[in-house]
Amino acid sequence: MSAIALERPRARAVAVRRAVARASLFLFVLAGLWGLWEGYRWLWMREHWSWPFLVDDTSMPHLHKIFEALWAHARPGDVGPRLITILVKAAAFTAKEAAVGFALGAVLGFALGVVLAHFRVLQRGFLPWVVASQTVPILVVAPMVVVWLNPKLPTRFQDWGAVAVIAAYLTFFPVTINTIRGLQSADRRALELMRSYAAGNWRILWKLRVPAALPYIFAALKVSATASVVGAIIGELPSSIQDGLGGQIINYSQYYTTQPTGLWATNVIAAALGISFFLVVLIAERIVVRRAPENVA
Amino acid sequence: MTVVQIKDLTKRFGETTALQGIDLEIEPGEFVSLIGPSGCGKSTLLRIIGDLIEPTSGSSTVNGKPARQARIDRDYGIVFQDAVLYDWRTVAKNIALPLELARWDRRRRAAKVREMVDLVELTGFENHYPWQLSGGMQQRVSIARALSFDPALLLMDEPFGALDEMTRERMNMELLRIWEASGSTVVFVTHSISEAAFLSTRVVVMSPRPGRISGVISIDLPQPRTATTREEPHFFELVTEVREALHLGHDMERTPA
Repeated sequence: MSAIALERPRARAVAVRRAVARASLFLFVLAGLWGLWEGYRWLWMREHWSWPFLVDDTSMPHLHKIFEALWAHARPGDVGPRLITILVKAAAFTAKEAAVGFALGAVLGFALGVVLAHFRVLQRGFLPWVVASQTVPILVVAPMVVVWLNPKLPTRFQDWGAVAVIAAYLTFFPVTINTIRGLQSADRRALELMRSYAAGNWRILWKLRVPAALPYIFAALKVSATASVVGAIIGELPSSIQDGLGGQIINYSQYYTTQPTGLWATNVIAAALGISFFLVVLIAERIVVRRAPENVA
Repeated sequence: MTVVQIKDLTKRFGETTALQGIDLEIEPGEFVSLIGPSGCGKSTLLRIIGDLIEPTSGSSTVNGKPARQARIDRDYGIVFQDAVLYDWRTVAKNIALPLELARWDRRRRAAKVREMVDLVELTGFENHYPWQLSGGMQQRVSIARALSFDPALLLMDEPFGALDEMTRERMNMELLRIWEASGSTVVFVTHSISEAAFLSTRVVVMSPRPGRISGVISIDLPQPRTATTREEPHFFELVTEVREALHLGHDMERTPA
């Protein structure tokens, strides 16, 4: 114990150094990507290359112009709120849809995975249809969900509730697949051990199979977290919701020729939303999943 | 009462006869080793005693009950070659697992875990995760877990097979100390002759194809055994006796050694 206590300050120093190294790597890569964008832009414009597309201020605005646009007022003539205020509000609205959809999809996906993992017959019968459900383009499903669900939803959930369901539709699939795989990953000896303790199926599920499946489930949740944001944005389009990022994307794509930075700025905010969803799952994983360092996916 | 009673037991896996005509009785407080070359069915026999697999014919009882009932009553604890600890549970939580399953309340669990941690001398490591321990320490956690609910019988399937020789000898001493302290009956599968001779009160020698008992040797070394036991002439005599019984089993079958 004392040896471990002695190591603690050193461990902290190592952790700090590692965090600094990570942050600088991130900044380094960011600067690299920035340089790539601007370099490409500069070269193509100087040589007037038109393949694969002509580069100008409309097709590839300066990156700093995009960030300037975020701080600028949304409407010409320095009136009204700043663009970033509008976009953050829209992102918050979309985040609500995506978060509810993500939670819904994760829970349903997990439950479906548990059922399919336990009953081989169901798995053989249903899994192909689960897969098929994901081959249908979300753009086809989205309007149907809105048409079917919206009339039935209480006013509180009107419109955005339907969008959450569309986000859930994109979320559940990876969770189901990885839950099945994870539940079946439990060690054979560990299962024998549970049998020797005369543990029933239900307790084997919660004491062994689910904990063993957690790394798999979290791998799926990371995919689903970003997919739920994309699902929410796409879901907003056919339901003609104006309050979210989807509405802003439609809006700024109409003004693209005159004000390309608006759409790019919306993209930046949408990406930031997806990344923050991913990070939340990542942090949850760090807290929940306790594994040997070499076994963490 | 006899702890383990096996009568005319046979186990087939498809065409292969893994065990044939096994008769064995184990009395309370005995330490019985099953030894034999790979394929002699020693692990299979252990698993049948624990009702992890079922025999093709014949019977196996524990504490006078059919194997299945004994398993449901949690009459035995089992230790495998790998410690099979749950990565997501601390040492204390791993030891408490069977107690949780037996629905012990929290306070009773904590007291028992403390007792078991003391027994296997892991005090101070209660809150460590398995991957922070050495192989020998992991196996001690596994033994503590198997003994936590005071089973009458301890089944061990080559528990020290993955450890180096030094650790193995130390673990042997520890196991004997634990065996004495807990008063349980042990069935111990091994393929180490000296380990079997050092630990056991009785060594059951098995031979393969089909798996059967080819000899039973009483180990009349005095208790408690110590590090010097391994240096006594009588220990060597017994090791030789076990070795010869093993070779005899082989010769009966006329397979090249």
